[in-house]
Amino acid sequence: MSSAVGAPRSHAASRPPSTPPRRRRSYRLGRWDLKYSPYLYVAPFFVLFGVFGLFPVLYTVYVSLFDYELLSGTKEFAGLENYRLLMEDAQFWNAAYNTLGIFVLSTVPQLIVALMLANLLNRQMRARTLLRMGVVIPNITSVAAVGIIFALIFADRYGLINWLLGTVGFDPIAWRDNRFASWFAIAFMVDWRWTGYNALIYLGAMQAIPKDLYESASLDGASTWRQFWAITVPLIRPTILFTIIISTIGGFQIFTEPLMYGNGLIRGGVDHQFQTLAMYIYEKTFTGNAEYGYGSAMSWLLFMMIIIFALINFALVRRSVKGDKK
Amino acid sequence: MTTTQTLPRSVAPPPVPPRRRGRLPGAQLWQASPLTYLALILGGVLSIFPIIWSFIIASRDNSAVYEMPPTPGDQLFTNIDRMLANEDAAFVYGLVNSAVVSTVVTISVIFFSSLAGFAFAKLKFRGSNALLLIIIMTMMVPTQLGVIPLYLMMVELGWTGTLQAVIVPFLVQGFGVFMMRQYAMSAISDELIEAARLDGCSTWRIYWNVVLPALRPAAAVLGLLTFMQTWNEFLWPFIVLTPDTPTVQYSLKILSSGLYQTDYVALFAGTALATLPLLIVFIIFGRQIIGGIMEGAVKS
Repeated sequence: MSSAVGAPRSHAASRPPSTPPRRRRSYRLGRWDLKYSPYLYVAPFFVLFGVFGLFPVLYTVYVSLFDYELLSGTKEFAGLENYRLLMEDAQFWNAAYNTLGIFVLSTVPQLIVALMLANLLNRQMRARTLLRMGVVIPNITSVAAVGIIFALIFADRYGLINWLLGTVGFDPIAWRDNRFASWFAIAFMVDWRWTGYNALIYLGAMQAIPKDLYESASLDGASTWRQFWAITVPLIRPTILFTIIISTIGGFQIFTEPLMYGNGLIRGGVDHQFQTLAMYIYEKTFTGNAEYGYGSAMSWLLFMMIIIFALINFALVRRSVKGDKK
Repeated sequence: MTTTQTLPRSVAPPPVPPRRRGRLPGAQLWQASPLTYLALILGGVLSIFPIIWSFIIASRDNSAVYEMPPTPGDQLFTNIDRMLANEDAAFVYGLVNSAVVSTVVTISVIFFSSLAGFAFAKLKFRGSNALLLIIIMTMMVPTQLGVIPLYLMMVELGWTGTLQAVIVPFLVQGFGVFMMRQYAMSAISDELIEAARLDGCSTWRIYWNVVLPALRPAAAVLGLLTFMQTWNEFLWPFIVLTPDTPTVQYSLKILSSGLYQTDYVALFAGTALATLPLLIVFIIFGRQIIGGIMEGAVKS
């Protein structure tokens, strides 16, 4: 701090005062510049994020306490009434169930495969960039396009998967009517889009591990499999925890994939069998009566769920990865 | 980029050259086996196949959508023509809107991120650590959950159905600030800033003439990631825009609701056209994009 502030001052003082008024002005300007510029430079982020990011999230709590509907024009304070109604709303619990199911089905295999993939990519090879591009290319495809493409891949009649199943002698699967099958298909889309991306994040972390560790381990006769679990995984644990948190935040808000999978309909299947919480929030808030209060209460509950599950997953992975280290 | 950093590290320590021959088992450990290639190529095929397949469907006739095996047809351009003629979807308008929105957001994110990143990395000011911590925490806030109040704000401002509604809320990004700060820490020496100060540069001149040029590589990566993310954004445009001012993703949604089970090939011509710009960007800048994603590991 002292050097940054001291430099211009001594600079100004070392020169003979030939044109005093101008010097004083620029000196004052320089001090003002040094003192306030940093705040000026970081301010846009805080102002814009505060107004359009943080404030809406917090304001959701306030809106959730109102009986607030656009169509009927009501806006009355209702206390916790919205939350009480939610507890009795079967469609809410159904959506929560679907969201959780799709989340587990997508995240667990995704992160495990990503780890394996990163381990494969973490060696000297030909066409390295090309292979890396190969695994991450799904991530640049838009979610909307992915939803449309996979809706046809998992089409009930004539879909690619059912055709493949047919050629090996299996019965076609009802990819939408069957709840579990629809979860699987949606989870598959998520995995297709994100596995390579997570693999690259892991790869970045793996490359920071000193190679000597592996060399001495292999001299001790540890198999590559054992090295992977005893050296690689524990050492990139912070990164694994980071991807867990990010996947939890993203996974619980899943919206576009199930929407496009159900041909763009917000109900998520005839019996809402793959309607997620984000979809139900949308249905309540932006269609029909536009129940802003009810939707906000649901958003806030979803927020709470994200925090709780992020913490649970964090603890789970931290414990299990530590166990491998022993 | 990262590999060039790690490679010399493992090679440099042994001062006597002959020892490197003795390291052969280690070298073998890091050489990819044919099985590795096979697994990775398989992974690559699985990744690329759905995209190629969607292009194949886009090139077929509607009567041949379900025909197996997937071989391309010759109807691509007639399908694209028919898709573009769909007035409800306003696809061309959607493409233009997406290009405008993504460009403005990208430039803004680069500008504000580099400005704040520079301040955090190279300027000393009270509370900088606490402020940086807040920025890191903002990355964890699921801002999507604030869409209802945000929407009500847009209604108040009269912005619904206009492009500023999908631009202004995204002008800054916590990740960008953090990324630029990390890069500025390592890429710009304090001496350089000092020297510029002694030359009488104001802080702004230092940012503009010294810092910004030096941050260019990181800015390019941030720009690519931001552009792709903005281009692919779905939920918020879907909420706040109207069908007559769509982004390209919104156009796709309109297409998919309207054409589902009636004109599949035109719908797939739409997904192909919506994906193509990013595909081109990815092919040209793949290396930088990969580097940027891998840097994400540093962020934790």
